[in-house]
Amino acid sequence: MADLKTNFLGIESPNPFWLASAPPTDKEYNVRRAFEAGWGGVVWKTLGSEGPPVVNVNGPRYGAIYGADRRLLGLNNIELITDRPLETNLEEIARVKADYPDRAVIVSIMVPCEEAAWKAILPRVAETGADGIELNFGCPHGMSERGMGAAVGQVPEYIEMVTRWCKTHYDKPVIVKLTPNITDIRYPARAARNGGADAVSLINTISSITSVNLDNFSPEPSIDGKGSHGGYCGPAVKPIAMNMVAEIARDPETQGLPISGIGGVTTWRDAAEFMSLGCGTVQVCTAAMTYGFRVVEEMKSGLSQWMDEKGYTSVDDFIGRAVPNVTDWQYLNLNYVAKAKIDQDQCIKCGRCYAACEDTSHQAISMSEDRVFEVMDDECVACNLCVDVCPIEGCISMVPMQPGETDPRTGKVVQADYANWTTHPNNPMARAAE
Amino acid sequence: MAQGQMAPGIVAGRLSSDELAANFDDLHPAYAPHEAAVAADRCYFCYDAPCQTACPTEIDIPLFIRQIQTGHPEAAARTILEQNILGGMCARVCPTETLCEEACVREAAEGKPVEIGRLQRYATDTLMARGVHPFTRAASTGKRVAVVGAGPAGLACAHRLAMLGHDVVIHEARPKAGGLNEFGIAAYKATGGFAGAEVDWLLQIGGITVEQGSALGQGLTLDALRADYDAVFLSIGLAGVNALRAAGEDKAGVRDAVDFIAELRQADDLSALPVGRNVVVIGGGMTAIDAAVQSKLLGAENVTVAYRRSRAEMGASGFEQDLAASKGVRLMFNVMPVAVHGNGAAVEIELEYTTSAGGSVTGTGETVRLAADQVFKAIGQTLRGAPEGLELDGRKIKVEGAGRTSVPGVWAGGDCASGGEDLTVTAVAEGRDAAMDIHAQLSA
Ligand SMILES: Cc1cc2nc3c(=O)[nH]c(=O)nc-3n(C[C@H](O)[C@H](O)[C@H](O)COP(=O)(O)OP(=O)(O)OC[C@H]3O[C@@H](n4cnc5c(N)ncnc54)[C@H](O)[C@@H]3O)c2cc1C
Ligand SMILES: Cc1cc2nc3c(=O)[nH]c(=O)nc-3n(C[C@H](O)[C@H](O)[C@H](O)COP(=O)(O)O)c2cc1C
Ligand code: SF4
Ligand code: SF4
Ligand code: SF4
Repeated sequence: MADLKTNFLGIESPNPFWLASAPPTDKEYNVRRAFEAGWGGVVWKTLGSEGPPVVNVNGPRYGAIYGADRRLLGLNNIELITDRPLETNLEEIARVKADYPDRAVIVSIMVPCEEAAWKAILPRVAETGADGIELNFGCPHGMSERGMGAAVGQVPEYIEMVTRWCKTHYDKPVIVKLTPNITDIRYPARAARNGGADAVSLINTISSITSVNLDNFSPEPSIDGKGSHGGYCGPAVKPIAMNMVAEIARDPETQGLPISGIGGVTTWRDAAEFMSLGCGTVQVCTAAMTYGFRVVEEMKSGLSQWMDEKGYTSVDDFIGRAVPNVTDWQYLNLNYVAKAKIDQDQCIKCGRCYAACEDTSHQAISMSEDRVFEVMDDECVACNLCVDVCPIEGCISMVPMQPGETDPRTGKVVQADYANWTTHPNNPMARAAE
Repeated sequence: MAQGQMAPGIVAGRLSSDELAANFDDLHPAYAPHEAAVAADRCYFCYDAPCQTACPTEIDIPLFIRQIQTGHPEAAARTILEQNILGGMCARVCPTETLCEEACVREAAEGKPVEIGRLQRYATDTLMARGVHPFTRAASTGKRVAVVGAGPAGLACAHRLAMLGHDVVIHEARPKAGGLNEFGIAAYKATGGFAGAEVDWLLQIGGITVEQGSALGQGLTLDALRADYDAVFLSIGLAGVNALRAAGEDKAGVRDAVDFIAELRQADDLSALPVGRNVVVIGGGMTAIDAAVQSKLLGAENVTVAYRRSRAEMGASGFEQDLAASKGVRLMFNVMPVAVHGNGAAVEIELEYTTSAGGSVTGTGETVRLAADQVFKAIGQTLRGAPEGLELDGRKIKVEGAGRTSVPGVWAGGDCASGGEDLTVTAVAEGRDAAMDIHAQLSA
């Protein structure tokens, strides 16, 4: 079994699976059990300033989106930061860290956007012995209305300023957690780096309304007939999160900035994908909330089995491996030509590929009287839609054409060399290839 | 005290009422909403769905399952009933394992089809539980159509005609409408008086009069019907039964399986219904299986189905065979009856082994005797009471196109007519299609 040991900003953990700052990490009782279950680290549920804690609603705080068989695909919440006294949390953090020295314990913090507030809380967090802090600039509801969370995360100047305060008043690593509720994630990431952040973590939840009650017309979750936008997370947000991670990983201004990946991590595979896009650790919230702490077992065994199969002995062997392959559309090789191919032995003749291709404008699949479905190479544009809708995994594959072969759709011979849009004759902006 | 399985002869009350109630409970219990949701989620919404092609009434199965998925079982029921007004009964009695579910792509994918029949029942039960009828009649056309026989074919035809604005009179020989839904289908497939309730619900469309005790051939003639009505639809089923042609067939204890089943279906109290200790059923179709299984469920000790051909040639589906076996019925293949022995009443049956190849059955000369105080004949029903002057095709009324007989203005469908399998769903399809053809002709 491959060793999953992780070193992130000098903070060591036995594996890259950390619990994200959220209800599963809100108290000692939970965090102890999480560590017993095998989690590599936790980011403690976000702490606020000294004084009376925030209050949560007393009705439903979660909404959901389901796939087939009521599988939870997306979760939305209107929960706030910890609603327990600061003192209680700090005492618990200190006790847990003392008992689990080999696990990462990061403290998430959100206090008002004034230097005094940060200066007050940071020494107290430092006293707990925790390994670092995470600045919660992400929470999209409840806290942002009070000028915290996403309200800070959406203004790069504030991010930079607060990060700098933290670096001034705290010695250990500072991770800045970013909100996805912004047009271009690179700006807040650059601001964090400029402020001296040791790493960024992302994403926090996405502003969302999961459903509307069609009897009383209240958004869900509904509190006495009214609803508020909540934060969306779970498997449904993974594609958005991974794109944002990749944007930061390949931006020349933030390249090399350590990233802790968050958003929809549910299986070992999700984690491996995030890590290949440059994440040193991943954080998990919804999967633990849905299935309980023991899901980490599968994540650990799966990742280590995959590493064994690939011959990787350390997570560093594959972290960031996919980053060079993330590029802009204009640099994609337009000389690459593929065709869909249906494996008749696996095909169950549902006709979904046919309906999809037929009604999505390519009309490249034929259907015979006896329901044999075949791709017509002279029409297939290799869009992949049939692959995506086929219920049988591996039944339809995309077969690349070899250089020298003639594409029956265009009549053109497939070229071996690479050519992209920037030099394409149809591109009015094409730079002549001198 | 119940008599028990071992009580000799043909006696009533072998089992306690509780045991009987459990035995004759729903074969495929109704889905709870959660079960329906899980089952519906499995449907792939196939293009030109094979299940739909396999359904004799061509119900839009992917659409109705999607309507269940989206929380509208009543809309799903409407989709079903537009094609098959007896969709509730068909959901219970169709041999789905040889129809829609056999064709379901998930049968090919993982040997476990979407449970279309049970989903259909969920939808139709939901709608019928509301007591509403989802269709209304078109403006009256002033045309009158006679339907003979109130089985599935006749009811489907009558309903469609009434919906299209015609006035329909159903002439039914028996005191109750429903045909074999009421008198033939196994009790555990249509529990809780469903057959009768469905007829009542169907008749809510209006414009249909059922004249019970009105039999063609007994006072009622085809000529008179043709004179009195604008069109006639014959759906008289197969009222006759084939003879066994074995010595001793007339001994007490030997009877037609369909009569036994009809009696069972009409019994108010199953513990009052006599059944033998050693029952032998002759035949290999659905009727044979139903008679055997229900004898077993009534408490018979030994029940054997004796079929003269091989298992592969058996009319009853693999599912039916397995059902019988699971209830403890013994299936014997390649045996035919030669004699029933006993002094006045049956005691034993003598069977001869056979070889069956290419359609013909030949006795081997070797025989075996089984204890048999009750023998049921289930060797096929025959057309009886078909009016003179109609051309026949083999042993059924010859029809062409949508049920047109050789006589103008007379249509036929269901078991009595040529073509199609003898199934409830086929009868419904033929009744419906004949109605559309009659309507086209009457509107021309
Ligand atoms: C025991 C048994 C079990 C079966 N089980 C199944 C099953 O599980 N699933 C399935 O799909 N199919 C089953 N079938 C077959 C199915 O019941 C028939 O295919 C279907 O009922 C045929 O419908 P029908 O309307 O043509 O005839 P029937 O249902 O036979 O109806 C004919 C009607 O016409 C009436 N009638 C007859 N003669 C006259 C006359 N001269 N004048 C007036 N009225 C007359 C009869 O009283 C009856 O009401 C079974 C059949 C039997 C016998
Ligand atoms: C109920 C709930 C409460 C959360 N509270 C916090 C919080 O206090 N601080 C924080 O930084 N993120 C919070 N998050 C966001 C998660 O840490 C995480 O960024 C997000 O859920 C995406 O990860 P996931 O898809 O694995 O759930 C919360 C999420 C949920 C579902
Ligand atoms: S790849 Fe696209 S164009 Fe080609 S057959 Fe599939 S759906 Fe049609
Ligand atoms: S979608 Fe897949 S399984 Fe269905 S017909 Fe097409 S190739 Fe076959
Ligand atoms: S064949 Fe099966 S999966 Fe396809 S539409 Fe019919 S029930 Fe659904």
